[in-house]
Amino acid sequence: MNIKHALSPLCGVLVGIASLGLAANANAAGEAIHIDRHEWNYGGIKGQFDPVQLRRGFQVYQEVCAACHGLERVRFRNLVEPGGPQFDEEAVKALAADWPNQIIDGPNDEGEMFERPPKLSDPLKGPYRNQQEARAAQNGAYPPDLSLITRARGVHNDSPWYLHVPQMALDILSGYQEGGSDYLYALLTGYKEPPEGFELSEGMSYNKYFPGHQIAMAQPIPDEGAVEYQENAGATSSMKQNAEDVTAFLAWSADPSLNQRKQLGWSALIYLLITTLLLYFAKKRIWARVKH
Amino acid sequence: MSSHESSYEPKSATAKWWDERLPLPRLMYDQFVEFPTPRNLNYLWTFGGILTFCLVAQIVTGIVLAMHYVPSGTDAFDSVDRIRRDVNYGWLIQPMHAVGASMFFLAAYIHTFRGLYYGSYRAPREILWILGVFILLAMMATAFMGYSLPWGQMSFWAVTVITNLFSSLDQIIPGFGTSIVEWLWGGYAVSGVTLTRFYSLHYLLPFVIFGLVILHVWALHVCGQNNPTGIEIKTKSDSLPMYPYAVSKDIFGLFVFVIIFAWFLLFLPDYLGHADNFVKADPLVTPPHIVPEWYFLPFYAILRAIPDKLGGVIAMFASIAILAFVPWLDRSPVRSTKYRPIYKWFFWLFVFTCLALGYLGAKPAEGVYVFWARIFTLYYFAHFLIVMPILGSMETPKSLPGSISEAVLGKGSKSTTSSAPAGAPIGAPAAPEDR
Repeated sequence: MNIKHALSPLCGVLVGIASLGLAANANAAGEAIHIDRHEWNYGGIKGQFDPVQLRRGFQVYQEVCAACHGLERVRFRNLVEPGGPQFDEEAVKALAADWPNQIIDGPNDEGEMFERPPKLSDPLKGPYRNQQEARAAQNGAYPPDLSLITRARGVHNDSPWYLHVPQMALDILSGYQEGGSDYLYALLTGYKEPPEGFELSEGMSYNKYFPGHQIAMAQPIPDEGAVEYQENAGATSSMKQNAEDVTAFLAWSADPSLNQRKQLGWSALIYLLITTLLLYFAKKRIWARVKH
Repeated sequence: MSSHESSYEPKSATAKWWDERLPLPRLMYDQFVEFPTPRNLNYLWTFGGILTFCLVAQIVTGIVLAMHYVPSGTDAFDSVDRIRRDVNYGWLIQPMHAVGASMFFLAAYIHTFRGLYYGSYRAPREILWILGVFILLAMMATAFMGYSLPWGQMSFWAVTVITNLFSSLDQIIPGFGTSIVEWLWGGYAVSGVTLTRFYSLHYLLPFVIFGLVILHVWALHVCGQNNPTGIEIKTKSDSLPMYPYAVSKDIFGLFVFVIIFAWFLLFLPDYLGHADNFVKADPLVTPPHIVPEWYFLPFYAILRAIPDKLGGVIAMFASIAILAFVPWLDRSPVRSTKYRPIYKWFFWLFVFTCLALGYLGAKPAEGVYVFWARIFTLYYFAHFLIVMPILGSMETPKSLPGSISEAVLGKGSKSTTSSAPAGAPIGAPAAPEDR
């Protein structure tokens, strides 16, 4: 008993020392850039993609990003499917036929490879045939394919160590996995004048949220002169609106089954909760036969 | 196979015919219906069933994925993406397998800590326990190779880092480690060849686990289950037949677990993974932080806590191997930590140590993180090598109840009538009219 009482203050002291040590080191482990969380209508456990927003986002992708970035895991037919932008099929056929980047097909009857415009079943090709061509055209930088970009980026749980577990619990309960979207939105809206004394290499831009703050991509959506939306697009055009919409579109292209998945989530949860409750009562009833 | 008498009576002519030739129904009846289970099992004892479910779920989803997956350095990443986009319900089955691996480890760790807390490794359950350690090891190997298959950046670099560990054996026999590493890789670098062999082994090992699980369950049914008091079943009133008592509890526990599984699968499929694994493997680009999946983080922290490479590798493998010796390291006269007032504190300190090592394993190996990783690594081993033997022989345990029934029903309640429905002996299955 005495040892037990002696131990608890000891544990307290240990935890205290630990907190001092780790708090002092919070900044030693590389510069952590804090990224704010944005409100996403497809976020959390209830969120769903809004086809109207995805259509605006596609417009931004087409007019801004597509100049350098491919979206080759997405096929034109996906743009028609439920859970996505749900464009009209005829419109997408026309879009594919006019797509600037051709599909290399073949060989034809003469044994030659040939270029042709994409069809519904073809991917959204980027402008470059391969990484080498991209780098040669982009001053050595490589514009990656954007199909999976929101899932390939994330934000760290940058809470202090003693809040790490509560933050984790909160994220799990609220169904937070929009870290990639948060990062992308921060990046697109994070172009600033470099702070004084910051040495920017030639051809690079300063970005508040890019690791190292030097990014080869020039500000894609200008502060003034963002992509103009049509009147019935459901939102007024601005740099931030453009950034939000294209992020939503890229989140869809990375995770096109999100709507279906969360809908199934709710059905599964209701089914499981009812069944579990019934199983609990069955168990109680069975165990009522014996003392326990 | 087990200590209790068979009470199976074939009811039909067909059943009798079978029973005389291959008494499989008798085996199932004796071991999974009539089997005496301690009447005081708590919900931590539902994890055996939960783990069986996990193994079967992984095998079933894995077989379906194998029909669509392409194990090649150039196509693996694209094929996994195509499974999610174009295969019917692939968006559900692929994360079910990936999240399922995490859930499998979650359940396995709870199951292991339960065994440690209640002394389920003590005689006569040493072999049962050691088989469990082998299952854990085989699970780790399977999960590690499985994680390489999507061939993303983290897959590739995890394989690179972990296989490279074997090169530290060069410190013992020059050239030996290098040979092993080249043999594992199937070449002079991690490549598609490495991926293909890992795929082959990843398909093989689950069936090895399945075999080990059968032995594990066999050993369990020979010794009988441990229970929260750590006292063996002495009389029939200490136990209840597995069906319907333990079974009804197991199924309820399983469904609670499945709710948590479904939450991660359907709302947070990416939460337990790493964003870098959505980038195709590139041998020329090293990710800034190479971290394993969460269930390997404590061992990764131990690996990096030791300043010497070979020492780190030895410590990492020793941290699992040491579990096999626990039956002989624990010198306490009682099994269950419930009756060990001092050890209880050390047990929870050990749990905290494992969690802290997990936290530190995810942090970069620098500064104060290394310091704390060393402290907790030290305690990890001290717990087994110092606390278990020394405290075990010094500590005075609380007085144990006379039997399981006494612990459950209070003193002097050993009579059979006090706890059974209308005159039936405790432990007998309820008569059909009671059901």
